[in-house]
Parts: sequence; C-alpha cells; structure tokens
Amino acid sequence: MTMRPIGEDDLQGFVDERLDTARRREVEAYLADHPEARARVDRLVDMGDAMRAAFAPIAAEPVPARLNLTRIVEARRRPQRPVWQAMAAGLLLLLGGAAGWGLRDVVSPVPTGIAALAQAASMNYAVYAPDHTRPVELAAADRNELAGWFSARLKRTVGVPDLSGAGYRLMGGRLVATQQGPAGLLMYDDGHGARFVMLMRPMSVPGDAPMQPHTSGTSNGYAWAQDGLGYSLVGAADPAVLHPLADAIRRATSPKAI
Amino acid sequence: MTDMMRLIAPLIPALRRYARALLRNPADADDLVQDCLERAVGRWHQRQAGGDARTWLFAILHNLAVTQMRQRARRGAHMPIEDMAEATLAVAPTQESALRHRDLMCALDALPEEQRSVLLLVTVEGLSYSETAEILAIPTGTVMSRLSRARDRMIQSMDGAEAAVPAKRPLLRRVK
Repeated sequence: MTMRPIGEDDLQGFVDERLDTARRREVEAYLADHPEARARVDRLVDMGDAMRAAFAPIAAEPVPARLNLTRIVEARRRPQRPVWQAMAAGLLLLLGGAAGWGLRDVVSPVPTGIAALAQAASMNYAVYAPDHTRPVELAAADRNELAGWFSARLKRTVGVPDLSGAGYRLMGGRLVATQQGPAGLLMYDDGHGARFVMLMRPMSVPGDAPMQPHTSGTSNGYAWAQDGLGYSLVGAADPAVLHPLADAIRRATSPKAI
Repeated sequence: MTDMMRLIAPLIPALRRYARALLRNPADADDLVQDCLERAVGRWHQRQAGGDARTWLFAILHNLAVTQMRQRARRGAHMPIEDMAEATLAVAPTQESALRHRDLMCALDALPEEQRSVLLLVTVEGLSYSETAEILAIPTGTVMSRLSRARDRMIQSMDGAEAAVPAKRPLLRRVK
C-alpha cells in the first residue's frame, strides 16, 4: 500500500489535533521514524499548551460592567444627543414662544451644499443599509443599466465605481429623493455583513468641493464634490476605514479616470 | 434580541482574551471589545442569517484591532511589555517559569501581526483553519503557511532568548 507523503500541513494539523484518525496514525508512524520531526512537533505542542495556559486567566476573569451586553443594548436605545443640543433645547424652553422658535434655525441650521448631501446620505444609509428584504432596487448584475438609469435621472453621465479591488462587493443601487432632487444610491458590502452606501447627485454649484468627514449617531461618512457632482460615502465603519475608500472612489470617478 | 444576547454573551470572555493577546494592554483591549460589542449590537440585523456568530464577532474585533495597531505603529507607540507580565497574566511563582513565560510573550510580540493573529486564533482560541481563514478574510492555504512560519519563528526567538538572556532585555525596553 502506498501512502500519501506527510506534508507540513499534516504536521500542523497533528499539533492542532485536526487530523482524522487514519491520517493521524500515518503521521504518528512517520514521526516514530523521524526523531527530528518528532522533537519539533513535541515542542510545538508544548508551546501551544504554554500559550493557552498564559492567556486562560483572562477568559476566566469576571466580565467588566462596561462590557455587559444588556447595558450596551440599553445605551443604544437611549437617544444620544450631544450636550449642546440638550442645552439649546433647554434654552428654547426658557425663551418660549416665538422668540424660542426664531432661534431654531440658529441652533440647527438647514444644511446646504456638501452638508446637505452628507445628511441625505446618512439618512438613506439609516433606512436602506439595515434592510433585509430589499436593500437595493436594482441588483449589481445590471451594472450598466444602473449607470444608465442614474445618468438619465441625474441628467449627466455617472459611473458606478468598482470597489472589488478594495474588497467591497457592489450589491446594487436605487434612486432616492433629496431636497435638491433625485440622487443615485449605491450599496456595497464587505463580505462580513458591513454595508456602505454611496450617494451621488448634481450640486447646484459647479466645480469641486474638498472632502469633508461627517458623522451621525450611528454612521460615519465622507462627502465631496467633483466637477459639479456631489458624492457621499457612509457606513458604520471607522473613519480610518472609510477615508481611504472615499479617496479610492474619488480617484476612480475623477474625469481623468473615466 | 434574546437571540443576540444568547449568542454574543458567552463569547465575551474569549473576545477579551484575543484582544488582550493582540494588544497586550488590558485597558486598550477592553476598549476594543466594547467597540466591537457596540458594533455587533448595531449590526446584528445585517448579519447573514445562519452565519456563525463567533467568526462574525472575531472578524469585527480583528478588523478593529488591526486598525488600532496600525494607528499605534504610525504614532510609534510601544508595546507595554513591562506593564503586562506580572500585573495581568498568570505568572507562576518560580523564577524559572516566570522567565519562560516572559520569553514566550516576547517571542509572540516579535511576530509580524499577520502571523500572530493566525497563531492566536488557532492555538489559543481553538478555531479551525477554515474559521480562521474566514475571520481574517484570507485563503485557508495562507492560514496554514502563516501558522507554520509563526511557530518556527516563535521557537527561533525563544531559543535565541535562552542563548542570550542578558542581551535581549534592553532591546525590548521601553524607549520614551
């Protein structure tokens, strides 16, 4: 009977006890004949035991209160308002009536330009990213149709950036309404359940606007304008993840690249 | 909701262990786990139905840890080895085993981040090769080769440490 030769993966599998019985016997027979390999495998087994013993006490510690899941869930339910907003609300109550109402625009100005775009993107992220049933209207398979649809409704040619190089899969898109008219919304996922949306619509001012970070209670984003077309990328991810992605999109959609 | 509690809560001790083994600083590690749990709670509904909660959570934690370690590396912060050993890890009372423990931790800290995470997930967390591959978003073959390299490198550095005990410590001492 000829046996499959023993490889490095078999030795690692032996150390981790991941081999089936038949293969384990073959590896044991091999090790019996090869004292050097035996010595190495024994050391690796000992090292594994030492590592598990070294870190075991951490898992045995009582879980600190701030990592209590019930607390975390409750903290998320409470609406989180910044202190200044609470103070502003108090001020409004004190002033009352028309005087207080008159301050409304000062306290929460209606966003315009890039800020309006950012707000629309965050709102659409909050509505569509958690959607199980129909997060997108048109699936990614119809990439060209998506680009054609957006271009027709936004009345200018827009592209659908491919982020697969950065590890993000295009799920698809839909048309959404904003204060300033129709916008195209694309959705991507990272294969681990995290979704991003990218909103694009023509800006009322032509030209470019520098990239700006924005954040809402549950999401982070970056917004910018290029050649009169505004973009905002929004996701729950860290700005450190989103920023390079936004840069990559801006590069990919720059008129030079198209 | 109850489903989420039932699946996530039992994993918290292991998440803390992995975070601390990677970052080697208890406060930073718990910050990271807290961040991870907040995201997990917020994105629970986005999780693929029927997906494994453990690999999903470890992937979130790992990605956060990598981001933090890279930021740390950019800022040039140190790995606080000396804050660690006695205070937070179980160190056996005898001098010899305390030294061996230190060598083990130093060898682990000396591994490149990509090898260290594979070694920790497989050895300490007891995850299968395919689960580890899923968490790190790399092919299983890459898991195997990193694992093999990580282990040999550990042995090399521990042997080196034994051979040259006095020369080793100053190299790892904190530089302010």
